[in-house]
Amino acid sequence: MSDTPKIKLATVWLGGCSGCHMSLLDLDEWLIDLAARVDLVYSPIADIKVFPEGVDLALVEGAIASDEHMEIIHTVRRNSTLLVSLGDCAVTGNVTALRNPLGEAGLTLQQIYVDHGDPRGIIPAEPGIVPVLLDKVVPVHAVVAVDYFLPGCPPPAPRIRALLEALLAGRIPTAEGAKMLRFG
Amino acid sequence: MDLHELQQIARRERERRRRIRIHCCTSLGCHASNAIEIKRRLEEAVIAAGLEGEIEVAGVGCMGFCGHGPMVEIDPENILYEYVSPDDAPSIVASIHGGACTAGRGDKNHPFFARQYPIVRKNGGKIDPERIEEYIAAGGYRSLYRAINEMTPAEVIDEITRSGLRGRGGAGYPTGLKWATVAKSRGDRRFVVCNGDEGDPGAFMDRSVLESDPHLVLEGMSIAAYAVGADQGYVYVRGEYPLAIERLQKAINQAKKHSLLGSQIFDSALDFRVDIRVGAGAFVCGEETALIASIEGGRGQPRPRPPYPAESGLWGKPTLINNVETFANIASIIERGSAWYSGIGTESSRGTKVFALTGKICNTGLVEVPMGMTLREIVEGLGGGAPDGGTVKAVQTGGPSGGCIPASLFDTPVDYESLAKVGSIMGSGGMVVMDEATNMVELAKFYMEFCMDESCGKCIPCRVGTVQIYRLLEKITAGEATPADVDQLRALCQLVRDTSLCGLGQSAPNPVISTLKYFPEEYDALIKP
Amino acid sequence: MAAKTLKINGTMISAREGESILEAARDSGVSIPTLCHLDGLSDVGACRLCIVDVGGRLRPACTTAVAEGMDIQTNTEQLRAYRRQIVELLFAERGHVCAVCVASGHCELQNLAVSLGMDHVRYDYLAPTCTVDISHQRFGIDHNRCVLCTRCVRACDEVEGVHTWDISGRGTSARIISDLNQPWGDAESCTSCGKCLLACPTGALFQRGSTVAEMEHASGRIAVIVESRRVRG
Repeated sequence: MSDTPKIKLATVWLGGCSGCHMSLLDLDEWLIDLAARVDLVYSPIADIKVFPEGVDLALVEGAIASDEHMEIIHTVRRNSTLLVSLGDCAVTGNVTALRNPLGEAGLTLQQIYVDHGDPRGIIPAEPGIVPVLLDKVVPVHAVVAVDYFLPGCPPPAPRIRALLEALLAGRIPTAEGAKMLRFG
Repeated sequence: MDLHELQQIARRERERRRRIRIHCCTSLGCHASNAIEIKRRLEEAVIAAGLEGEIEVAGVGCMGFCGHGPMVEIDPENILYEYVSPDDAPSIVASIHGGACTAGRGDKNHPFFARQYPIVRKNGGKIDPERIEEYIAAGGYRSLYRAINEMTPAEVIDEITRSGLRGRGGAGYPTGLKWATVAKSRGDRRFVVCNGDEGDPGAFMDRSVLESDPHLVLEGMSIAAYAVGADQGYVYVRGEYPLAIERLQKAINQAKKHSLLGSQIFDSALDFRVDIRVGAGAFVCGEETALIASIEGGRGQPRPRPPYPAESGLWGKPTLINNVETFANIASIIERGSAWYSGIGTESSRGTKVFALTGKICNTGLVEVPMGMTLREIVEGLGGGAPDGGTVKAVQTGGPSGGCIPASLFDTPVDYESLAKVGSIMGSGGMVVMDEATNMVELAKFYMEFCMDESCGKCIPCRVGTVQIYRLLEKITAGEATPADVDQLRALCQLVRDTSLCGLGQSAPNPVISTLKYFPEEYDALIKP
Repeated sequence: MAAKTLKINGTMISAREGESILEAARDSGVSIPTLCHLDGLSDVGACRLCIVDVGGRLRPACTTAVAEGMDIQTNTEQLRAYRRQIVELLFAERGHVCAVCVASGHCELQNLAVSLGMDHVRYDYLAPTCTVDISHQRFGIDHNRCVLCTRCVRACDEVEGVHTWDISGRGTSARIISDLNQPWGDAESCTSCGKCLLACPTGALFQRGSTVAEMEHASGRIAVIVESRRVRG
């Protein structure tokens, strides 16, 4: 164990499939090295309900697709020194945003749950429980300032590691070359 | 046809004329305000008064003061009536013999008229555009005769070069140089094309010339055909100008009938035919390479230059493309000489320019003034400033490709270089005047929407860049934009200006760039901190 | 044919008269990004990615002929910034979702994004409604992935000689169409030769049945066909 204080790391799961988090877990044994250098203060893989203050680094997976995402992302931005868009949904909207051409949220739900889907034809609505969809899915940087972008669907584990290693070493992560940048 | 016949036609026309002519403007603006009915009622009134032997009624081209139309003028008494209604007709006729007239009197000494210098519009409001005899009686086709019989093609080009005439379509390319290039380019055939695809919002100079004096344009084209060695011409007119197309077609038919178009014109070796091509509503077809593609029957979209049309134009042949107004200058230059023409205007911009004054201005209409007149004189002197006691804030020259010039720079002389220096362009001659009530960001957004809708979609910066610029302007006017969005806006404007394929894209950001430069406070007021 | 001497990025090179800046640069080992250019087809100068600085003026390298004494810069900071903006504009224009695209891994647009350092798109995604036409027995066209480079139009017209493809509409509403804007399967002029698929830089034109990352275009084949014809006269 080194004496350097651990940095507070948060990972956030918004409108995405959690594949980016799976890719994070694909870091395998390096996760043990990582655990030695960070405190995981918020994450879908840790049972913490409230996004804490004073976060050093937040990795955000997923696009902004609902009112809940909208609320969380502002908190994340407010409480974090560095915010990284992790994966194509956060960076571009990606698969989450495929619904955008269908029109605003109501129209989209109508097409999916009534016109082409559920034989009962019921649009799910549980105020306070089921988040309300936004009319348009947008990438994270369309809502709050983003410090670094890590494309990929999902970003391969080595790409995530390269970013984290750079940030932990106090370097600016390189954003060039197919290894770091390729979408998809 | 020879000179003698031409003189015969002119003499017969003069003999036919009655002592007094009532000129009734039948150009589009007045036409739309019931001018045809006014003309009919005037004719009836003349008959009712038994004055057919003394008075005739003539439908004439545009008098220029469109905002005060319908216009009627008594010639040669030089009495002008404005806002005429059909019911005024009997009293107008009666007024010739001292009766009281119910129509409003216009003022021919008004600066709007007095400070003009008509060359392109010399016959506007004076002759019936549907009768070639009137054009000939006004000296028409004399210049074509002179060019063919008294000058070599090289001498014609030399004369145009020395006149200092520059292209009136907007860019101001030296006309003589263009003609010389076409004449020297290798090709078994050459074409002359007249660009009448006037598409700028607020511009109607070319429409007015085509409607008021189509033979003047045809004569200019024929002289050009002689000079560059072309045997076929096309006039490309936008489909939104039905009256111009109708009158031009009539003029072509009449010229053909009198052997002023066709084979062996004036018994020379010059064969020249002219056909009309009607545009289908694409602004970009005013760009010369897109216009060529459209005439060829292809999709109206531009291609990179060089090669320029002068070298490789219609069907790959050397092609001379000039604007309507440019061609309308030619006959006068040949008639009165390059020394006369180059004595008008400024050192770098010779001659006159027709401007369409619209927007928040008292005297809406067309003016033709010598180059070098200041914006102030045009807007405030001729145009009468803003109506209802308002203050003029800025003027947009050159339409969606031009820039917005604030009132503080109104002492700028109107010539190609000076307008470019203040971030605008001469353009084809539209002048849209804004008063204090105009929001300049909204104005920039309006023009950007126009360019976005009119982008052909061929090159990416223009196709998508204009949409993104428009969206940023929407965000700004909605009060949702941050300073970072304004930086983004500037960067996009620079991209679209520097990398677009044709003039449409290259100039599309001008209204945004110029309003950002001259009216930053209007943007700031809308930006979130 | 006369040779021309010019400077590219400070190095003197010689080029053939009539050659484009793009060809001359490639001959001397300088690569310039392109998208609408495809060896074997005519050039249209539409994508503007190959713009270079010629003595202070920006010119498309593909349609600008070399001239004696030209001083060309191909990779200035400004040019790189413009190229990245252009690629971002493309990504924002339609639904380019690499994650679910047949051409992922073999896509010229995707590669351009990498080579120009595009880590995100700064513009609004326009998210237009685009159709997918799979009425043809063997091929499909997904307009979401089309960049309007017109390489398919030119390959069909210039190489196959049937001109099934063209463009309708304008601005961002422009779409590639087959015959008189009919479903591809009904386009009688189409010979099903597949040259448009070879020419397509993205996943817009694809072999039916191919799934994510399976569609490879082999666009070099077009130049081979054209060259073979030339050689055989």
